[in-house]
Amino acid sequence: MNKPIRTVGVFCMLLFIALLAQSTNLQFFRSGELNDRPENRRVQEARFSAERGSILAGDTEIALSVPVDDRYLYQRQYPVAAQYAHMTGWFYFGGASGLERAENRVLSGDDPSLFVNQLSDLLANRNPAGSNVGLTIDPDVQQVAYDQLAAQGDEVQGAVVALEPSTGRILASVSLPTYDPNQLALRDVTQVQENYQALYDDEANPLTNRAVATTLPPGSTFKLVTAAAYLEDHPDVDANTQVPGGSSYELPGTSTSIANGGRSCGETTVSLSQAMEQSCNTTFLQLAVEEGQEGMTEVADAFGFNADPAEDYPGTAASAYPENASDDLLAKSGIGQQDVRATPLQMAMVAATIANDGVLMEPYLIDRITSPDGETITRHEPEERAEVVSSRTAGILQELMVNTVEQGTARQARIDGVEVGGKTGTAENCDGCRPYAWFVSYGERDGQQVAVAVMLQNVSPNVSISGGGLGGPIAKAVMEQALGVGE
Amino acid sequence: MSQVTSASPDQFVHRSRRGAELFLLLLALGVGAGAYAAVGLGIEGEVPPDMIGYTGWLAVLMIAAHVAIRMTAQYADPILLPVVAALNGLGLAVIHRLDLANNSNFARQQLIWMTLGVVLFILTITLLRDHRVLQRYTYTSGLLAIGLLLLPMMPLIGNEVRGARIWINVAGFSFQPGEIAKLLLVITFAGYLVLHRDALALAGRRLLFVDLPRGRDLGPILGMWLVSLGILVFQRDLGSSLMFFGMFLVLLYVATERPGWLVVGGGLFVAGAFLGYQAFSHVRNRFEIWLSPFDYVDRTPGSGQLVESMFGMAWGGLIGRGFGEGQPWRIPFAESDFIVGAIGEELGLTGVMAVILLFAIIVERGLRTALVCRDGFGKLVATGLATIVALQVFVVVGGVTTLIPLTGLTTPFLSYGGSSLVANWVLVGLLLRISDQARRPLPGVEEPYGTYDSGADEATQVVKVVKP
Repeated sequence: MNKPIRTVGVFCMLLFIALLAQSTNLQFFRSGELNDRPENRRVQEARFSAERGSILAGDTEIALSVPVDDRYLYQRQYPVAAQYAHMTGWFYFGGASGLERAENRVLSGDDPSLFVNQLSDLLANRNPAGSNVGLTIDPDVQQVAYDQLAAQGDEVQGAVVALEPSTGRILASVSLPTYDPNQLALRDVTQVQENYQALYDDEANPLTNRAVATTLPPGSTFKLVTAAAYLEDHPDVDANTQVPGGSSYELPGTSTSIANGGRSCGETTVSLSQAMEQSCNTTFLQLAVEEGQEGMTEVADAFGFNADPAEDYPGTAASAYPENASDDLLAKSGIGQQDVRATPLQMAMVAATIANDGVLMEPYLIDRITSPDGETITRHEPEERAEVVSSRTAGILQELMVNTVEQGTARQARIDGVEVGGKTGTAENCDGCRPYAWFVSYGERDGQQVAVAVMLQNVSPNVSISGGGLGGPIAKAVMEQALGVGE
Repeated sequence: MSQVTSASPDQFVHRSRRGAELFLLLLALGVGAGAYAAVGLGIEGEVPPDMIGYTGWLAVLMIAAHVAIRMTAQYADPILLPVVAALNGLGLAVIHRLDLANNSNFARQQLIWMTLGVVLFILTITLLRDHRVLQRYTYTSGLLAIGLLLLPMMPLIGNEVRGARIWINVAGFSFQPGEIAKLLLVITFAGYLVLHRDALALAGRRLLFVDLPRGRDLGPILGMWLVSLGILVFQRDLGSSLMFFGMFLVLLYVATERPGWLVVGGGLFVAGAFLGYQAFSHVRNRFEIWLSPFDYVDRTPGSGQLVESMFGMAWGGLIGRGFGEGQPWRIPFAESDFIVGAIGEELGLTGVMAVILLFAIIVERGLRTALVCRDGFGKLVATGLATIVALQVFVVVGGVTTLIPLTGLTTPFLSYGGSSLVANWVLVGLLLRISDQARRPLPGVEEPYGTYDSGADEATQVVKVVKP
């Protein structure tokens, strides 16, 4: 009877292996999914009671857990609420948003990468504490960007994004109007729901992160992309080369003409430098048509259009460059109108690529994860995303942007002793709407660089909207802070 | 562990290994006492005040069992008792932990049951000096098993708990007779099959690839098996039905050495499962919960329990929350059917794997005993007991981890429940008795280490060795 008994042994072994495999499946592979289920009150309650890690900008704690004397032990606080609300989001009993949600595993200490910490907590019989998330944000730059934007009045709707071109670090990301996440992290869930509903119903959309989630036609700032596409295909062209210009241009296949708003763009041709300085519509309408759909799409996509930027930044929207446009629409896309849509982050990426000699670095928000006692567990290394244009093209684009600041529409951004390049944009989204302003720029001083994009969707009605007039000073102040001018 | 002697080159001589058993028992005591202390530290921040008394009592029970083995079953398997003691100690600590959360008092009762279990264990190996005696009670134990299984159907004493009518209440004690019946059924099946195995294997007609035995050979045992299965089905005890079915099939296969029985049995199981699904709403219900547990979170208590257990295990992750740091009280009846869920939450995958492997060791030692046993009856009983443990663990842990539909059974030695604990201690007693017989050197074989005085051991000399 021994042979069948051995077979029974093998059979029993298979049964036990199946049990081991299934519990591994449940407790390792599926644990994340099960822990995140909304029905899972156990995890919610424990997480709400646990000491979460902090979110840091530099050394500034922008989200932290403070001990309180009730059954949930800790309360989440946002000390610099207004500036960082759109990044941190909030954490309350029913859930979380923003980084609180996206980095929940790390902040709550559940992430598998924190295994060693969990083990030492367990052995030391400590309550497991979450790890900290350190952002790339420079709190001083963020502060200047916020103050500058807020100074535009109570009704301002806009955003500022600053990037470090050589790494892709996001140095500042401000969106107005903002809100107070502390009011959404209260103990009283009913109160939280009321507060949330009020913010949700607000017509100014304070919950929207305009820095990364709002896409609008980038207007004239997109001319940088059009110029990049043209320069890439024309190695003999430089800043002084004559390109098509003229006082007005009739869109192909239509009877609609677009003019230059009174700026000087030559009889039939104009130098590329002047076309950029004066933001000549007629030039870039024609260059887009000459480049064609394929050439334009290729370069726009390389700059980051039609793809999600900044994976670790929650809530980012993809910018869009249209496909299969007819020639008249293709022409309008060359000046950032029609179906072109960009976020301030995307336009900052354009400026950063040009400043970084044509190489686009992957933008990122999370710099490092640190243990509760401050040791670095993981650090984000900069990654190259694409070589968008040649360094020759980038050099010419830099020259064009610098000239635009020196003697063109972007004069408000000039900083003594700093190489500053800029491009303005003013666009209308619809008839009768207030226009909105863009300003895209970069600054370089002693080898240190920063790229800044400013978008003003709405300001106080008694201020006239213009990219240079409004966006220029904001970008200038942000660049000065980032480059340490005047210190 | 075993040595080949020159006197009998084909005969292994096992050492008694009682010292190893004692050492492992100390480790097992460490598990039980350590877990108890950890519960106190985790929940109340201090070692429980009755720590010394509790540990002392566990030690007394283990030493008593160990001494009984030394005196009556010198050659018994040295691994089984420590493994069982470790599981029982861990179970007590988990139940104690749930008591503190639920304000219940199950652990104290479980300790009393454990004491009774150890007493019965000692009685089993002391009174039953030769397991072959049990073969005489083949039919008696069969009738007794059926009787026990019928008890819960009686008015007055029968008691329905959570839809399953498998309990009896006598004088304030509630008891699950099915747990005792499983031991009796193993003895019945083994006793019958060992007598009729030749007839079952050889006589009969061939029908479609399968040699069917004669009715008069298979009939009685098949009838008995169907009766017990029928009772369980009507009591809605699906887990036990599955366990008995599997055990019967395995014994039939081992006795006849014909894999065809497994095919036939597998076919019958599929047919039975299909019929059950069609005929019984509770079977259908269990099946649907298994397929999509989250659809039934609020509607069905059974599913809420399963979902809470899954959440607990997921939250426990690899290393668990630590004793007292989880919320296993969220799982209804965590101390009985779902104790593995509670272990998964607080001790993590590590704890669950350790528990599964301990059960695997019990099964492995049981089957090893069956392999080295020299008589057919002993082989079948040991196989049957090991299979029962394997199937029971598979059904309950598989159910809790959603590997298979949940059917509801106790986890041997871990779950709260007197009948289960006592029956399983007796089961281990039987296995140890058979292993003592199996590992004892044959008369005339020299004991190589001189620790064993062959002339003085009466039992060795009176046993007539039946060649298998």
